Amino acid sequence: MTNSFRTSTGGRVNRELPLSFQFDGTPYSGYAGDTLASALLANGKHDIASSIKFGRPRGVFAAGPEDPSGVIQIEEPFPEPMLMASTVELYDGLVASGLPGQGWLADRPDPARYDAVHHHCDLLVVGAGPAGLSAALTGARAGARVVLVDSLSEAGGSLLGSTEVIDGRPALEWVESVTAELDEHPDVLHLQRATAFGCYDDGFALALENRTDHLGGAADPDDTRQRVWRIRAQYLVIATGAHERPVVFNDNDRPGIMLAASARTFLHRFGVLAGGRAVLFTTNDSAYAAAFDLSDAGVTIVAVADSRAQVSERLQDGCVRRGIALHTGHVVSGTDGDRRVESVDIAALTGDNEVGQAERVAADLLLVSGGWNPAVHLFSQARGRLRYDDGIGAFVPAEDLEQGRAVGAAAGHFGLADALRDGASAAAAALGPTATAAVTEHQVDDLVEAPSAVLWSVPGSGETGMAFVDLQRDATTQDVLRAVGAGLRSVEHVKRYTTIGTGLDQGKTSGVVTSGIIADALGVGVAELGVTTYRPPYTPVAFAALAGRNRGQLLDPVRLTPTHVWALTRGAEFENVGQWKRAWYFPREGESMDGAVARECRAAREGVAFMDGSTLGKIDVQGPGAGELLDRIYTNMMSTLKVGRARYGVMCGADGMVVDDGTVIRLADEHFLLTTTTGNAASVLETMEEWLQTEWPELRVHLTSVTEHWATFPVVGPKSREVIAALVPDLDVSNDAFGFMTWRDAEIAGVPVRIVRISFSGELAYEVNVSAWHAMAVWRAIAEAGRPHGITPYGTETMHVLRAEKGFPIIGQDTDATMTPQDLGMSWVVSKKKEDFVGKRSFTRLENQREDRKQLVGLLPQDPSVLLPEGGQVIETADLPEAPVRMLGHVTSSYHSATSGCTFALAVVRGGRDRLGETLYVPMNGTPVPVTVSDTVLYDKEGARRDG
Amino acid sequence: MTDMDQPSTPGADLPDHPDFLWRNPDPKPSYDVIIVGGGGHGLATAYYLAKNHGITNVAVLEKGWLAGGNMARNTTIIRSNYLWDESSGIYEHSLKLWEGLAEDLDYPILFSQRGVLNLAHTLQDVRDSVRRVNANNLNGIDAEWIDAQGVKELCPIVNISPDVRYPVLGATYQPRAGIAKHDYVAWGYARRASDMGVDLIQDCEVQGIDIVNGRVVGVQTSRGPIRAGKVALCGAGHSSVLADMAGIRVPLQSHPLQALVSEILQPVHPTVVMSNAVHVYVSQAHKGELVMGAGIDSYNGYGQRGSFHIIEDQMSAAVELFPIFARAHVLRTWAGIVDVTPDASPIVGLTEVEDLYLNCGWGTGGFKATPGVGSCFAHTVAHGRPHPYNEPFTLDRFTTGALVDEHGAAAVAH
Repeated sequence: MTNSFRTSTGGRVNRELPLSFQFDGTPYSGYAGDTLASALLANGKHDIASSIKFGRPRGVFAAGPEDPSGVIQIEEPFPEPMLMASTVELYDGLVASGLPGQGWLADRPDPARYDAVHHHCDLLVVGAGPAGLSAALTGARAGARVVLVDSLSEAGGSLLGSTEVIDGRPALEWVESVTAELDEHPDVLHLQRATAFGCYDDGFALALENRTDHLGGAADPDDTRQRVWRIRAQYLVIATGAHERPVVFNDNDRPGIMLAASARTFLHRFGVLAGGRAVLFTTNDSAYAAAFDLSDAGVTIVAVADSRAQVSERLQDGCVRRGIALHTGHVVSGTDGDRRVESVDIAALTGDNEVGQAERVAADLLLVSGGWNPAVHLFSQARGRLRYDDGIGAFVPAEDLEQGRAVGAAAGHFGLADALRDGASAAAAALGPTATAAVTEHQVDDLVEAPSAVLWSVPGSGETGMAFVDLQRDATTQDVLRAVGAGLRSVEHVKRYTTIGTGLDQGKTSGVVTSGIIADALGVGVAELGVTTYRPPYTPVAFAALAGRNRGQLLDPVRLTPTHVWALTRGAEFENVGQWKRAWYFPREGESMDGAVARECRAAREGVAFMDGSTLGKIDVQGPGAGELLDRIYTNMMSTLKVGRARYGVMCGADGMVVDDGTVIRLADEHFLLTTTTGNAASVLETMEEWLQTEWPELRVHLTSVTEHWATFPVVGPKSREVIAALVPDLDVSNDAFGFMTWRDAEIAGVPVRIVRISFSGELAYEVNVSAWHAMAVWRAIAEAGRPHGITPYGTETMHVLRAEKGFPIIGQDTDATMTPQDLGMSWVVSKKKEDFVGKRSFTRLENQREDRKQLVGLLPQDPSVLLPEGGQVIETADLPEAPVRMLGHVTSSYHSATSGCTFALAVVRGGRDRLGETLYVPMNGTPVPVTVSDTVLYDKEGARRDG
Repeated sequence: MTDMDQPSTPGADLPDHPDFLWRNPDPKPSYDVIIVGGGGHGLATAYYLAKNHGITNVAVLEKGWLAGGNMARNTTIIRSNYLWDESSGIYEHSLKLWEGLAEDLDYPILFSQRGVLNLAHTLQDVRDSVRRVNANNLNGIDAEWIDAQGVKELCPIVNISPDVRYPVLGATYQPRAGIAKHDYVAWGYARRASDMGVDLIQDCEVQGIDIVNGRVVGVQTSRGPIRAGKVALCGAGHSSVLADMAGIRVPLQSHPLQALVSEILQPVHPTVVMSNAVHVYVSQAHKGELVMGAGIDSYNGYGQRGSFHIIEDQMSAAVELFPIFARAHVLRTWAGIVDVTPDASPIVGLTEVEDLYLNCGWGTGGFKATPGVGSCFAHTVAHGRPHPYNEPFTLDRFTTGALVDEHGAAAVAH
């Protein structure tokens, strides 16, 4: 079979460019410009899928994304599940297959590239049909920044499937002239193959552009396959057209049964005849065009069944002229056929809402039209109110959006003249007088249509056969009636009971029909029932398209310290801390992590070691209110800090729980610099800003994140003084001149630095702060000056061990959001003098007064070779009782101490400080291990080493 | 592998609903108990009031359609692997009820105990995870810590490569956890409650709470006043508004929380995977759709819709963890409103108004608690005092400081 259902001429396909493809294992050919659906139909292939529940054969029911039926899987070039054949542009080498309502994913990663673009405009026009083109042109001529998006491969919308005439010329000539003019305007962005799929507040809309699939093998593999356009528009013109609505009748799902206008589209746009002998079943005038055009193209129209008692003379004449038998007051009551419709039953509607004896006619194509549903999806997503229009049996926009309007068929204005006028006037209304002046009037022969009948379901449907409401979900009228019989009164409940509208098409053809059938069953109005909510996306969007470039290493920004490359070349292992990569430890050739950490610890305790602590959050605080702000944020007093000095501080939440800690140094009277933990840098700044802006706007303070601006290098160990002295010969580094918790300005390697005497290890230490630009020079200088002393770089693991040996907690590791400063044994950091600070009022709460609060203590395993698991729970008994077991707390940190030659842990334990010396137990693999509760400080309890 | 009922054709084998679900009565002038909010919690409370306490002169008032709020919008994950004793008490009580619920309700709720993996991506995640597993085990809750290879064995489609931005370092695993079909659960409760005499009244918005001498006596509704002996508030997503009608201030922030589904796909995902660091949680529903959610939108509001960038971030996370999802499609997104307390634990119990009871603040985790809180809240209402499982979840803990902080410590998205 090769395109035996292709007309000899006509259509928008390029007959010079044949394409080969495979479907269900059979090779076929089509033309450039085809969709998979049109190419299959051109080859006479109607039976393309099977239904999910009953395995019934299914075909192409519509020429657009509203098709509930023609579901396919792409197999090559790369598997993609569940697409409508009508929305897949044909390309050479396409391999696809029909689906039983369920697709499959590739077993390999998708090699394609996806991205996103932000765009801003005055006017966003969705849909390049007559209304949309008219709006875009009006906007362009008024000099506005216009974006026009349309889902098809070319502009024209419904005009592509019709024979309309504008200003005496074929409408497509008008389309061509408009797009050519739009191309001339530099401020117009015109995207075809771009489907607007989401509409949000404040003129925000999303469109998905398909950029390469249609090129097949000719596509550049590095080009972006799909692009998400994030468009912020001052005004939105929704010109999305309408979806033809089916009528439900028995066996309405066979391949060869199709919406009338879709068959017309296949004819005019693709040069495809959807059958040889057709019946039209309609409730309205619009569908006659399909029957007449197909007849004129050589299809035998066996009969037209119109549910209305009367039709206009014009249509009667049209039928007579073509020899078409017109049955008014008739409906289609059923069909027959094997893999495709073979015969159609036509019956009269009787007065008592029943159907009479059916007459069976042979046909391989049944065109159906139950009227039109405006495509109000985007309008409704943007929270536009809908109203039910009795005349057309559909929901239409009841209002304008704050920043937009639905126009043309999307607004329920189905005539071509209406569409052209609507589009232009929406643009004019949005853009003002210049645009109004740009509005062009057109000559269009709009036929006055007779009123449509509203018919949801042919009487008696489903009583003897299956009458499908949602073809994809295999849901029938009987299912809807059963739901109503079960007591369901809401369309949302019926949807859930029947699963109608949950398929790939999201009920584009079944939604309103379902409401209609329920309304009839309950004897209420459709308006009262409403319709289920329209939600984004309008059409399915691939996960990868939305993920865009934010995958792999770009999932989250990677932040690197100034010494990262240096550490890398020295074989450091890294850990993720927030977005940062931090050197974890520096193993030497063949050295284990434990070995490396022990060596690094010894260097810090016995000689000198240095690390990159640049990830510490840093906030610059300036202004007359700086001291006051810090007093309110920290639990201790900061305003009394003298210039030149540093102070440790703790921050709590309003609930009195510790949220962060760090040091504050005073640089000048109204100028402080504080550090935060690495992970909390952003949240601390945010919290401070929130207090400042919402609660204390009277304080004149500016907060600036300077985390990246400053590199921070602690130089640690008994020999650190000698290293600093060598680096800064004219600085008196003696303890008297440069005491603990003070800072000095200095210069290293010709670079200004600030050196702070603080210690997170208990050892004598100097923290060198330097502008990140010059950090490596200073780092190298430190390494050089330390070489005679065997200076050793260390990572975060050693930092953790060193601080744990001193009992210094890490916020977020040794605390969770339930620990107060008092629980941490830091009552000294809570000011008794200050009138107020964040968290203060909570310290007086009942719960905070309890004696048995969890407190930070040390735990020494009684077998010093046992390393307790971090996260291990602490219990009272040597035997594990039946659950639930009373838990006293848990192990927060646990290490080998190279210095002490034993293992040790920090833990939070109920009433812990009263338990010093007690034996408690930590279950390990179900066996409680005895531990002795100890002071938090394992090493240098007297604090003698701090000053060297 | 875990138990996973994989129908030969997903979507085809969903069990049918019964021919009759519930009556649609008009409200009576007076009830012994009025439950405000016909979501999962309200319906479950009504059911247990009738079943466990013989209290059947009960109305459930729903302003929209039954179970149309968060009950219809959640991602149906059920687990009990919470950190603190108080939480594990009520969630494990709930999980045990889930295990017998299909039989109890005589409704095919499709409770599938396919296990939940909570992934760890940083060393601190690992510490928190191990801590939670140990606590769970000592509380008698099934939980284990498994390494990345173990994750791969349970869920082969998870990317455990060390070369990704945040490699999977391991996971906690609760085998008894899983998913259920939310509508089926709600309708199961509704049907049995209606059957036992509870009036389920839809399109009935409560607009005021009548209090005389510190005692509740009824409610004002869009369908007129209704007298009540007791009133129980179950209006998730609108709890502050309801409580305010009784002059009660509750420490809640209401945020949108979005979720989405894909098309129906052949079975690829045998379990439930949740990740906080690479923020997404995913399961494959019985019908075959991928169902997923992520974080809340940060702003407050009652509009049941979220911001699109949240969905985009969620997709990045999904494709990062599950590369084969790349060409699955988003079919539908939606949002519910979650009422979040300062400690991410609920408020269930008595109020300062006599005979007025409050159940709220479940944040993102209310679905899994449905049977548990339904039974405990019914007990609370019936006896006028809290059930031991909800005793810790008082409103006054925000005054005393006896918080049950689940977000700081648990490192788990609800």
